[in-house]
Amino acid sequence: MTEPAQLDPQLAPMTAPGGITLDVTAAEGLELKARSQWSYARRRFLRHRLAMFGLVGLVVIFGAGALASVVAPYSFDQIDLTNVLHPPTMVGHHVFGTDEIGRDSLSRIIYGIRTSEQVGLTVAVVSTLFGLMVGAISGYYRGWLDNVIMRVTDLILTLPVLVVLLTVAALLGRSSSVWTIVFILAGFYWTGIARIVRGTFLSLREKEYVEAAKAVGAGDLRIMFRHMLPNTLGPIVVTGTLAVADAIILEAFLSFLGFGIADPTPSLGKLVAEGQQFPQKWWITVIPGLVLVLIVICVNFVGDGLRDALDPQQRRVRA
Amino acid sequence: MADPLLSIRDLAVEFRTEVGVVHAVDGISYDVFPGETLGIVGESGSGKSVSTMALLGLIPQPPGRIASGTAMFRGTDLLTMAPKDLRDFRGEEVAMVFQDPMTSLNPVLKVAYQLGEAIKTHHPKEPDDKVRERVIDLLRLVGVPNPDVRVDQYPHEFSGGMRQRAMIAMAIANSPSLLIADEPTTALDVTIQAQVLEVLKTVQEETHAATILITHDLGIVAEMCDRVLVMYGGRIVEAGDVHTIFRAPRHPYTVGLLDSLPKLTEDEEWLRPIPGSPPSLINRPSGCAFHPRCFLSQGRTQCRETVPELRAAEGPQHHAACHYSEELVGHQSKFSEPVQAGSGS
Repeated sequence: MTEPAQLDPQLAPMTAPGGITLDVTAAEGLELKARSQWSYARRRFLRHRLAMFGLVGLVVIFGAGALASVVAPYSFDQIDLTNVLHPPTMVGHHVFGTDEIGRDSLSRIIYGIRTSEQVGLTVAVVSTLFGLMVGAISGYYRGWLDNVIMRVTDLILTLPVLVVLLTVAALLGRSSSVWTIVFILAGFYWTGIARIVRGTFLSLREKEYVEAAKAVGAGDLRIMFRHMLPNTLGPIVVTGTLAVADAIILEAFLSFLGFGIADPTPSLGKLVAEGQQFPQKWWITVIPGLVLVLIVICVNFVGDGLRDALDPQQRRVRA
Repeated sequence: MADPLLSIRDLAVEFRTEVGVVHAVDGISYDVFPGETLGIVGESGSGKSVSTMALLGLIPQPPGRIASGTAMFRGTDLLTMAPKDLRDFRGEEVAMVFQDPMTSLNPVLKVAYQLGEAIKTHHPKEPDDKVRERVIDLLRLVGVPNPDVRVDQYPHEFSGGMRQRAMIAMAIANSPSLLIADEPTTALDVTIQAQVLEVLKTVQEETHAATILITHDLGIVAEMCDRVLVMYGGRIVEAGDVHTIFRAPRHPYTVGLLDSLPKLTEDEEWLRPIPGSPPSLINRPSGCAFHPRCFLSQGRTQCRETVPELRAAEGPQHHAACHYSEELVGHQSKFSEPVQAGSGS
């Protein structure tokens, strides 16, 4: 009999169990590969088209910003008086044109990206780290400490960000450095992270594996940062990523209003503002504006991709 | 008999809640001797788990509070120990196996890390490859197949029985002298239960650890334990060696528990549950907490008014807390009525 057993109802129940057990042992012995939640998340992220688009976009844009002194054809303050308000050109020296004193727009945009990138990334990193510590302590120890910390974050969250930013910026005068802006923005952003971390810690501290870790004698710090933190990383990474975009927009906004980073350092917001004086010279405003939009879109795509990758339960249907 | 390893006296644990103070454990005393297996049985909420959690300082405070008592372990009182000393104690001298293996392992950390941590916490200078070897040995001891492969896997790649084995391995990592197993088989199906109990036995033979086995499964008690404590409403109602308790129970609650077991040897249509429901630990019944459900009490005033003390019953090792425990001597017939499903009570 050459045909397989399923044709013969008498034989099927005899061969099937044997075959299955064989498969299982083979699979257990050889094919089980340790695959962490992270590697699953990475796979999901790499298959997320928009996120990959955003990631590539960010790498290109931020890469250019980081290597500004190498990539930019001119320095950001180099004046070319023979080519003032020159429109974008594919044949000349100034691909994105020049401004009213003949500075190369492309170079200024690239340096502007560097500023935005510095602000966005440091704000995200600083506020995430700080919010994480505060939120972890708050959620883990609870009690009066938690109460005090949470009332402080409530207070900060009730403050209108822009009003405070403008006031502080006005008080500091027009000579803010990148770090002042970073400091102010991070002062607002840590609260969001702290609340998220606290919330997850409150639920995680009741988990049995936390109790089990206590029962083997693990200390508080080890439990907080080794056992609980990895379980909260998903939402933290997502919020942190989105904070990059928020910080970049706020910095641009401040700079646009003239309260941002001091001259002559270019920033995307400042470049947009400069073009206002020359409505006919569209390139001065539109190109840095587009770059700003592109950065924020890319960051948000990456953030979305991370959310989908790290939180499969919340996954939405994608095209 | 040898000196006890652990000696608990008058332990009381309370929880403050919005509706009142819950007396989860109300003045219990018992000893655990080296190498023995002590079973603690009782229904949900009888204080079995809480009494042992208190030993390791795992009662969340507040709302919990250890109201009174001492727990002498080799001459030191666990209940008044500084948190830092207690931390060194946990996992090193006293270790715990938890009820639900599905949630007791951290999903984001490899098994090797979590077991290794149990060792590293207490022996920080141990080199990593030694720790890893020991972890693999431990997994082998508890019967995890392919331990050198399994060790690098995550908990979600383990089945329930495997995880409980891993938890047991974690508990015995530092050869503790006391192992507390809090309903170690409740979350597992029957065939796996038997395997896990087998593992516990092996482990006990290897490490000579005294074991406190908390369970509500009398079958497991009969199988595993040397001595038994029966708890009801936060108190010990009967204590004795396993044979005496099963053969000649002297507390009506124990009798009820044994009667309620369906027996394969008898042709019975209906179960014989204990009537009524567990007592509220906030408003405990006056006198003997069991009297409203008791077939012996039947409205006797002493049961309602006086809290019965543990008194010697069959032999010096056997104690029961019932005013009328003598009436149970030599009883054979069933006291509880069979109850038909759906008939109400």
